[in-house]
Amino acid sequence: MDFPLLSILIFFPVLGGLLLLPISKEKAGVIRGVALLISGIEMLIALPLWFNFDKTTHLMQFVERKSWIPAWNVEYYLGVDGISVLFVLLSTLVTVLCVLVSWTAIETKVKEFFVSLLVLEGAMIGVFCALDFFLFYILWEAMLIPMFLIIGVWGGPNRVYAAVKFFLYTLVGSLLMLVGIITLYFKGGHTFDILALASQSYPLKMQMVLFWAFFAAFAVKVPMWPVHTWLPDAHTEAPAAGSVVLAAILIKMGAYGFLRFSMPICPDAAKAMMVPMIVLSLIGIVYGAVICLAQTDLKRLIAYSSVSHMGYVTLGIFAMNTQSMEGGILQMINHGIVTGALFLSIGIIYERTHTRVIADYGGMASHMPIMAALFLLFTMAAVGLPGTNGFIGEFMILLGGFVARSWAGVVAATGVIIGAGYMLWLYQRVFFNPVNEKVVGLPDLNNRELATLLPMVALILWVGLYPNAMLSYMHVSVAHLLEQVTGNPVGTGDAVGSLAALVGQAGEVISAGGLH
Amino acid sequence: MENYLFLIPLFPLLGFLLNGLLGCRLEKPFISYIGCASVGAAFITAVLAVYDLIGRPAGDRQLVQVLWSWMAVGDFQLDVSLMIDQLSAVMILVVTGISFLIHIYSTGYMHEDESYWRYFAYLNMFVFFMTMLVLGANYVVMFVGWEGVGLASYLLIGFWYQGTENADAGKKAFIVNRIGDFGFVLGMFLLFTTFGTLSYLELFPEVAGLHHQGSLSMNSPVMIAICLLLFLGATGKSAQIPLYVWLPDAMAGPTPVSALIHAATMVTAGVYMVARSNILYTLAPTALLIVSLVAAATALMAATIGILQNDIKKVLAYSTVSQLGYMFIGVGVTAYTAGIFHLMTHAFFKACLFLCSGSVIHAMGGDQDMRNMGGLCRKMPITYATMLIATIAIAGIPPFAGFFSKDEILWKAFNFPYYPAAGKIIWFIGTLGAAITAFYMFRLIFMTFHGNFRGTEEQAHHLHESPISMTCPLIILAILSIFGGWLGIPHLIGQHFGHVSNVMEHFFEPVFADSQAIVAAETGILHHAPGLEWTLMAGSVLVALAGIFMAWTLYIRYPEYLLEKLARAYSLHYRLVYNKYYVDEMYYLLIVLPVYHLSMLLWKIVDAIVIDGLGVNGSGWIIRKGSCAAAKIHNGYLQTYGSFFVLGVVAILGFLIFYQ
Repeated sequence: MDFPLLSILIFFPVLGGLLLLPISKEKAGVIRGVALLISGIEMLIALPLWFNFDKTTHLMQFVERKSWIPAWNVEYYLGVDGISVLFVLLSTLVTVLCVLVSWTAIETKVKEFFVSLLVLEGAMIGVFCALDFFLFYILWEAMLIPMFLIIGVWGGPNRVYAAVKFFLYTLVGSLLMLVGIITLYFKGGHTFDILALASQSYPLKMQMVLFWAFFAAFAVKVPMWPVHTWLPDAHTEAPAAGSVVLAAILIKMGAYGFLRFSMPICPDAAKAMMVPMIVLSLIGIVYGAVICLAQTDLKRLIAYSSVSHMGYVTLGIFAMNTQSMEGGILQMINHGIVTGALFLSIGIIYERTHTRVIADYGGMASHMPIMAALFLLFTMAAVGLPGTNGFIGEFMILLGGFVARSWAGVVAATGVIIGAGYMLWLYQRVFFNPVNEKVVGLPDLNNRELATLLPMVALILWVGLYPNAMLSYMHVSVAHLLEQVTGNPVGTGDAVGSLAALVGQAGEVISAGGLH
Repeated sequence: MENYLFLIPLFPLLGFLLNGLLGCRLEKPFISYIGCASVGAAFITAVLAVYDLIGRPAGDRQLVQVLWSWMAVGDFQLDVSLMIDQLSAVMILVVTGISFLIHIYSTGYMHEDESYWRYFAYLNMFVFFMTMLVLGANYVVMFVGWEGVGLASYLLIGFWYQGTENADAGKKAFIVNRIGDFGFVLGMFLLFTTFGTLSYLELFPEVAGLHHQGSLSMNSPVMIAICLLLFLGATGKSAQIPLYVWLPDAMAGPTPVSALIHAATMVTAGVYMVARSNILYTLAPTALLIVSLVAAATALMAATIGILQNDIKKVLAYSTVSQLGYMFIGVGVTAYTAGIFHLMTHAFFKACLFLCSGSVIHAMGGDQDMRNMGGLCRKMPITYATMLIATIAIAGIPPFAGFFSKDEILWKAFNFPYYPAAGKIIWFIGTLGAAITAFYMFRLIFMTFHGNFRGTEEQAHHLHESPISMTCPLIILAILSIFGGWLGIPHLIGQHFGHVSNVMEHFFEPVFADSQAIVAAETGILHHAPGLEWTLMAGSVLVALAGIFMAWTLYIRYPEYLLEKLARAYSLHYRLVYNKYYVDEMYYLLIVLPVYHLSMLLWKIVDAIVIDGLGVNGSGWIIRKGSCAAAKIHNGYLQTYGSFFVLGVVAILGFLIFYQ
């Protein structure tokens, strides 16, 4: 494609952010308006990705390729496939919602905030589009800076600790990835071209080293247990928009990294590490869910629930079959939508009460009925009620996990029970129960807030009722990825094949219970 | 012809959306019109569909409508599709019919409530999900309805959400059901990995075919596992041991909700699911044995608790748990028809009982304690008459509805084809439970309607018969409680009345044909002595009469006197039963508290101290200390640098000397 769509998507918000700089900081209204306009236009620019995407090929689309630093073979190389395209779209939507939710919540340094947000958007989209490792690494690290500022400047009381923790945690992981990238560069024929690197095969020992080097970066980002402890702090202290971007997009990059780098480049290592990865995911699911039960802070609870939900995602990825992997990718989007919506809602509520302590709430359903109704839908999507998007992702992951290792499906399914426990208890303590005097007289959602949440409502129901709309983008790319990893033409068929084995087994134990 | 099935769930869905989105701006009459009309339309559509179904030849009674492809990933292909056959036909008529009556009743009962619109929106939402549950043509669509009714139930139990107890009860219902759903989901996965499909029309013929070919044996471990996992789901939704604990608490919701959701329809979903999966269970006798034993234990335990409850709704709640046990005994002993038959008659008389109790509570100004009632029969003749009819029906006195269905279950249990010995035990427990049922139900009647009024002056002044919107559904349900059982008159009796056939059994024949053939092939066709059947039938009527007589003795003839004496004589047992065997307390101590403490431990110790303290901040501390130490070397003194220089030279020289 000649039209440099992806470049425009990356640079338009960055340039737009720069456009904000000359505006006088007195004119906060103008700044907000321009930021909304830029993010809105950006979303419209991205639409061809949805409509013109060719779902029949696993090849990269909307490709742009220019030599950048010839001496090192570094290229400016962009493209999307069925795995990444939806995240670009989601990023553009989420940014608009973040602008809306920050409208009145951000009162100081308004201009700087929106500049950070827009620069962040450009970097995030770049990460999903980059097909050159060098470019990828630069964007990956570039993303950290605006996020660090958003948490550290506009965050809560303990924001500096949280921001530094977030920054150092992810930086340590990234450095190991950098070592991996440099190793690959020298062993893989002096190129940073991700697709070319993935098409070669490396000795198992080297794959292992690379796998763990990448793991350090991606596992921190996801975050997987036990390197998750930056997330609750970061989420809790970040302003609403920061939490939303973090939950909806940033932590998806870890899982995306597994799909784009770890698995295609180190397929044998990934297969060898399948069970340890599944076990770590399961620990994350159960640990994250159990720990939610004791939380007393709204945002910290949702943050820990993210650890649990992202455990499902990594389980889906490492169970390595069609259902689990498509479920995993869909669940990345779902988690972005649902947890994003929950953080948006909490931001909206926090703006009224200025407290995150759950015990300060109660009986809000009488005072904010619309908020209560929407929050209920988000809660139900979070616990995977059929009909919402959460169910589709969880169901496919659990099914795929069960097919891969039945114990994995069983353990992961317990997370669904605990999930209902902590989410409904949270809902009860905030919206039901006797009215807490602190919530008396709070106004219900205004039109702007409604506009912030309704897109999420639509997405939850749309994906819940017609997931094929999203899944159809993934089919070919996921099949190709599975072929790269497992070596089978298409990674299906393993499900039904077990019948013969089970029946044979059954024959031996026939009527062990005794008929008569 | 079959492309209108979607209308059945669509009407209540529209009602839900209209009332849910606009209800707060609408007038009450308009809200009730939307609520009732949408369910009424669903009922009429269901009647038309069933009429259509019956017009077909018996072997071809299936209407299927595929709506859209839902999840299509690799070899997992799943449609949103609806199906109506003989089994779902009966269910859908019961569900939409009773829902319609209860919607009408609710217009009277909830008239004073300020959240009138919210109530009808939830109620319509319930009907929508319930119709999806019944009409779904595969397990996953059933599961949509299954969890959806759970959501409706959660919202309606906690309808008056400002009371912490109500909100707690709703939450408890949802979470306990989730434990069951955990089994349901795993059961589905095991079904899919074993047979490659979750669609009824593909799965069941495939299972029967595989068995027929000999490649799927009886009682194979995988079938037992599938059936038990699905049954775990059923114990949640249908309130059986060990997951029944949510149902008594669910009485916190408005009484029409208890009638509709927690008695007549939703809680029977587990029975429907087992009957729907009959071929799977038939191939797993061990699973059936467990189902029927759990069911019998539930039937008896819940009945005993019902004896001592003083809250009129709690008595009915435990009675529901107990009656659901009877239904599971039915499907557990491969008498699938009997199980569904009892499901239907129970829907009539239990809905009637709950609505009558609602009428009583309405008159009592919200008081549910039977110790404050008495003598209401004079003030509320219609309520009294209808409740008495329903009570006779549940007690199992012929020719009322409950007699036929309960008796068929007990008779089939007595002849449990797979495990005859266990069948006798189950029959005995069931008969004992029937006596207790008759006792506690007539205790309820006597305490509520007979004797003298024991409430306050104000309440006595307030007592009145309910408005026609409430009594009319009562009368219809009472009529059904009398005649509903005549659809399943056993051959034994039918042959003396001009060869009346067992309509239910005949109607369901094609659905359960494969199962019955397998049972017959495995165990041989049993020939029963008619004399034995007469004897057992007479026996169960006699024990019911004995139960009634006991209740009359204790509560009418010698009120209070004997009761206190008994309570004193058996004080330990009395307290144990009165406190519901302390099961809730046990669950709290053994499950809820440990999980909560684990949560605190993981948070405060593992996360905060081990990972963050030692790991993250610890490595930060080491680097900080390390850099302080390193900084000391860079102190600017030439001597230090010089001595390090010398040390370095020595080290290198040493290395070269010793290693070469």
